Amino acid sequence: MAYAERFKTPTSLSGKEFTYCPGCSHGIVHRLIAEVIDELEIQGKTIMVAPVGCSVFAYEFFDVDGTVAAHGRAPAVATGLKRARPDNVVFTYQGDGDLAAIGTAEIIHAANRGERITTIFINNAIYGMTGGQMAPTTLLGMKTTTTPYGRRENIEGYPIHVSEVLKELSGVAFLARTKVITPQDVIKTKKYLKKAFYAQLNNIGFGLVEVLSTCPTNWGLTPIESMKWLEDNMVKEFPLGVYVDKVGNIR
Amino acid sequence: MEKVEKVMVKGTEAIAEAAIRAGCRLYFGYPITPQSELTEYMARRLPEVNGTFLQAESEVAVANMIYGAACTGKRVMTSTSSPGYSLMQEGVSYIAGAELPCVFVNVVRGGPGLGDIQPAQSDYFQATKGGGHGDYKLIVYGPESLQEAVELTVRAFDVADKYRIPVLLLTDGLLGQMMEPVSFPNFKNLNTLPDHSDWALTGTNMQREPHRVTSFDLDPVKLEKMNIQRHEKYKTIVKEEKLFEEYKLNDAEVVLVAYGTMGRIVKSVADSAREKGVKAGVFRPISLWPFPYEELSKYTEQAKFFFTVEMSSGQMVEDVRLAVNGRKPVEFYGRMGGVVPAPGEVLAKLMEII
Ligand SMILES: Cc1ncc(C[n+]2csc(CCOP(=O)(O)OP(=O)(O)O)c2C)c(N)n1
Ligand code: SF4
Repeated sequence: MAYAERFKTPTSLSGKEFTYCPGCSHGIVHRLIAEVIDELEIQGKTIMVAPVGCSVFAYEFFDVDGTVAAHGRAPAVATGLKRARPDNVVFTYQGDGDLAAIGTAEIIHAANRGERITTIFINNAIYGMTGGQMAPTTLLGMKTTTTPYGRRENIEGYPIHVSEVLKELSGVAFLARTKVITPQDVIKTKKYLKKAFYAQLNNIGFGLVEVLSTCPTNWGLTPIESMKWLEDNMVKEFPLGVYVDKVGNIR
Repeated sequence: MEKVEKVMVKGTEAIAEAAIRAGCRLYFGYPITPQSELTEYMARRLPEVNGTFLQAESEVAVANMIYGAACTGKRVMTSTSSPGYSLMQEGVSYIAGAELPCVFVNVVRGGPGLGDIQPAQSDYFQATKGGGHGDYKLIVYGPESLQEAVELTVRAFDVADKYRIPVLLLTDGLLGQMMEPVSFPNFKNLNTLPDHSDWALTGTNMQREPHRVTSFDLDPVKLEKMNIQRHEKYKTIVKEEKLFEEYKLNDAEVVLVAYGTMGRIVKSVADSAREKGVKAGVFRPISLWPFPYEELSKYTEQAKFFFTVEMSSGQMVEDVRLAVNGRKPVEFYGRMGGVVPAPGEVLAKLMEII
């Protein structure tokens, strides 16, 4: 593939400039989702549900119909959309505060119903938009504005492992945890995203891709340091890999 | 509205069937007494008409599923009872903010908290003054009979579509659980329902710019503009959509004011009062928002006093006082906790005041 072809802006992106901080993974993941939508040729029938969090404007970055759900409720909103229009492709984009705190019930039940929707779950171990408070995924010992002494298991409890919890649910058709630090990661993540959409398109069940992501701004690190911190700390707590795959081989 | 012959039905089922005939093909719900039969009826009936029924994990999820389904422009509804409606308030605020058409039914029971499962009218403030956060309004209807509930259900879908606004049918456990003969309207042809293709989320089909449905703008000036536009719409609704019934008011010196179940009961109170030589009549608001303030205030000339009766500590009485605006006394009688005032009890209270 020629350079110009490979690096052109995906048609499914609106071209609006991202509002994310330098070194934040949100932008990379957006682009990958758009590339997958383009390659699957589903742009015209896709509806997205943006979350509350730094990606609240995600619906403006994609050139598809979209809405914004209340904090954590994207899986319920997506369920309503999908049940009303089963022929559309519906995906939610959610942070860890959104999905793993307020929205725990909604994600578990949507996954368990095998809702034909796709969820992209951005795990940056912190609340980005509100300024770096503890998330359910915050690591033990990790300092945030609401765990100034570091997260303690006897006070704030343990980091929640969303993929490990969801993998037990029969409605889940594809589930993987990944990162987007190296080029190999990016290639792998794109493949996972494609499979998560396939789970919906082929009417197999619910698909979710958890992406370990950086938040240089609230971690108080440079983009490069953030990537290193993610590799050294988050990957240990949140093992990468495919947790459920009922989709099988895709081209 | 075309009518067919009358059939005996239960209140909750009458509303459910009316909704289906009005073109509702999507129902999301969660069981709660005294309205679970409505949810069960939908579970049974919707598949027969190629509709979609889903029992959600909570009322919080229900309201958000309604939000999602309403984004597609299709007719969608839910029903619940007081504690469930409290849980739905987050979604109601978002739905009102995003200006989505849909129908809610609250079969009110005694509260606050878990309360009991008996009929009450204690959710009036929540229904008409907000409930969720932000500056918004819902159209709220309070039917007095099953026939009226059926007609208001159909109307609810129509006005929801016309104004892109959520509509609430505010009823109570008495109406929900009673049986009455009802004539149902004919089925609406789904192809003739309002066209929402100018804003609904249906996928661009690569034929148009994306549609974006949201309740927010982080720029305060823009958000204020959104709110102002919404309130302009509310002004039109206030002008066009008020509903009320006037019963024996021509020469009335005592104006009884009540809605829903209580509105029906006080009609017999007025009749009994007239037998005792008291010229009593009833003003029954049917739309609780928009509340018929001007129409009620007309009676401040002829009435000696107004007498509001409610199954609450006196919530609607505040609206009656606003209408009367200090020109005449406004008396109040109410029972709480799911106790329904009997006609004799209300009459005795009325004679006491006189
Ligand atoms: C009901 C409710 N509670 C709290 C908030 C405030 N809030 C907005 S974004 C956010 C955290 C988002 O964190 P996350 O989902 O991890 O996304 P990120 O910003 O890190 O991308 C919170 C708590 C809200 N909008 N709604
Ligand atoms: S605050 Fe963190 S999550 Fe939010 S855009 Fe910036 S880096 Fe990304």
